[in-house]
Amino acid sequence: MTAAARDFGARDGRLFPEGRLSGPMPWVIAIMMFLTALAAATGLGLAAGAERIEGQIGNRVTVQIVEANPELRDRQAVAVAAMLERAEGVTRVRPVPADELDALLEPWLGASAATAELPVPALIDVDLGAGGRARLPQLRAAVQEVAPAAMVSDVADWLGPFSGLLASLQWLAAGLVALMIAATAATVVLAARSSLNTHGQTIEILHLMGATDQQIARMFQRRIALDVLFGGIVGAALAILVLVLIGGRVAAIGSELLGSIALPGHAWVVLALLPFAGAVLALLVARVTIQRALGRLL
Amino acid sequence: MPLVARDEGSRPPVTAPGPIVRFDNVGLRYGTGAETLSDLSFSLRTGGFYFLTGPSGAGKTSLLKLLYLALRPSRGLIRLFGEDIVTMPRGRLPGFRRRIGVVFQEFRLVPHLSAFDNVALPLRVAGVDERDIATPVNEMLAWVGLSDRASARPATLSGGEQQRVAIARAVIARPELLVADEPTGNVDPEMAKRLIHLFDALNKLGTTVIVATHDLHLLTSVPSAEMIRLDRGQLADPTGALRNPPRKVEAAGGAR
Repeated sequence: MTAAARDFGARDGRLFPEGRLSGPMPWVIAIMMFLTALAAATGLGLAAGAERIEGQIGNRVTVQIVEANPELRDRQAVAVAAMLERAEGVTRVRPVPADELDALLEPWLGASAATAELPVPALIDVDLGAGGRARLPQLRAAVQEVAPAAMVSDVADWLGPFSGLLASLQWLAAGLVALMIAATAATVVLAARSSLNTHGQTIEILHLMGATDQQIARMFQRRIALDVLFGGIVGAALAILVLVLIGGRVAAIGSELLGSIALPGHAWVVLALLPFAGAVLALLVARVTIQRALGRLL
Repeated sequence: MPLVARDEGSRPPVTAPGPIVRFDNVGLRYGTGAETLSDLSFSLRTGGFYFLTGPSGAGKTSLLKLLYLALRPSRGLIRLFGEDIVTMPRGRLPGFRRRIGVVFQEFRLVPHLSAFDNVALPLRVAGVDERDIATPVNEMLAWVGLSDRASARPATLSGGEQQRVAIARAVIARPELLVADEPTGNVDPEMAKRLIHLFDALNKLGTTVIVATHDLHLLTSVPSAEMIRLDRGQLADPTGALRNPPRKVEAAGGAR
């Protein structure tokens, strides 16, 4: 078949006069793409946030020196920090400065409260290296040898359930994206069948003239893909706008936890590519649907 | 008559001399019902002009559908252009359909296309370059007397004009076989004669023509035509046309 024969449908768009955007499909696709983009953004944001939190504090333990006597507490804190600096499996030791403790307590005790007047535990953040968590029992014993009242809190104890929640939400987002893809494919199938019914007589004439299934399918799939691309771009653009606005609101709150669930750069690229992926999906689904229908003709 | 050069490269090998159509014990059944066509055995010689007659429900349209490859028979053998089209893979049929022109009683023009674009369709389907379409289409419209209606949509054309557009569309790709199903059914008697003369002119250029009609007056309008009669799905052969070679060829001692 010549190139002209492959393109005859595209050249003669008037064969099927139902204009683009005349039906509801592009707008249905726009709504679905909007929801798909939001679900995808949620999943990608949660994944990035989980990775960021895991990377920052996933291997962290906090040592609390619980001692009412401030002088003794400070001496024990220095000794424990010194011991931890030398301990195997520890990569970083950072005694939490008093002003940070004040900042932590301020929301509950007010700005006037001073840690010096309260029996606040001394805190030491300890980052563990590879295999460090396996040595945690020994580390805990060594700390309590220096400071008998010290407590070693593993961040993983509370981060685990939080990470599990994030993972569940990611799966939920992925499931929503999958459902939206299935719904988009179903919409394309319905649109293709509707077009075939509407233009059945023209298709029969083309068929009897010797048009191949591929030639006829190409005319429909091109139109459907363009409709999906238009709807997809509208939906994705709206979703991106909403995400930018929500990002602005989150930034205004100033929450570190919420802020950590920010969309990474590649996520924006993924969102921008969604309409094109949708168009490719529509092209393939329409092609299969139409060729199957035409295959029932002789 | 101006005709478009045939794209030989895209066609199957040239048919060997012999009948253009051959039916052997062909039967056609829709679903599980009784046979619509039974035990049809005949040949159509290349370059012949045939009228297919018979009462309503005799099976004329079904026979034509077998000829223009809209149906496959339930049994029997059909050879078209020298090849068995009953067992032919579906993917090869479009190439054969491009060698057949079809005219319908109800015209079946694409309503959203102009007369020009309707006539151009077979060329576009066959992949003729867009630059090579205007001249043959305009010439074909002139041949059917519709040069001044090239840009008209079918809805604005009379029945006779629509049928002439349909004929122009059917023959523009220079089909080897032209199949017309009651082409004069929706036009007045004068226009019917004009249409039959168009078929006759095409036939003189070598196209095998088969026209299904109820109109017995038309049978006399093409003196060289032979008649096939169908009755209740079975064949009658009143003029001996279907014997191969036909009786009149035998009598004349040569081809028509």
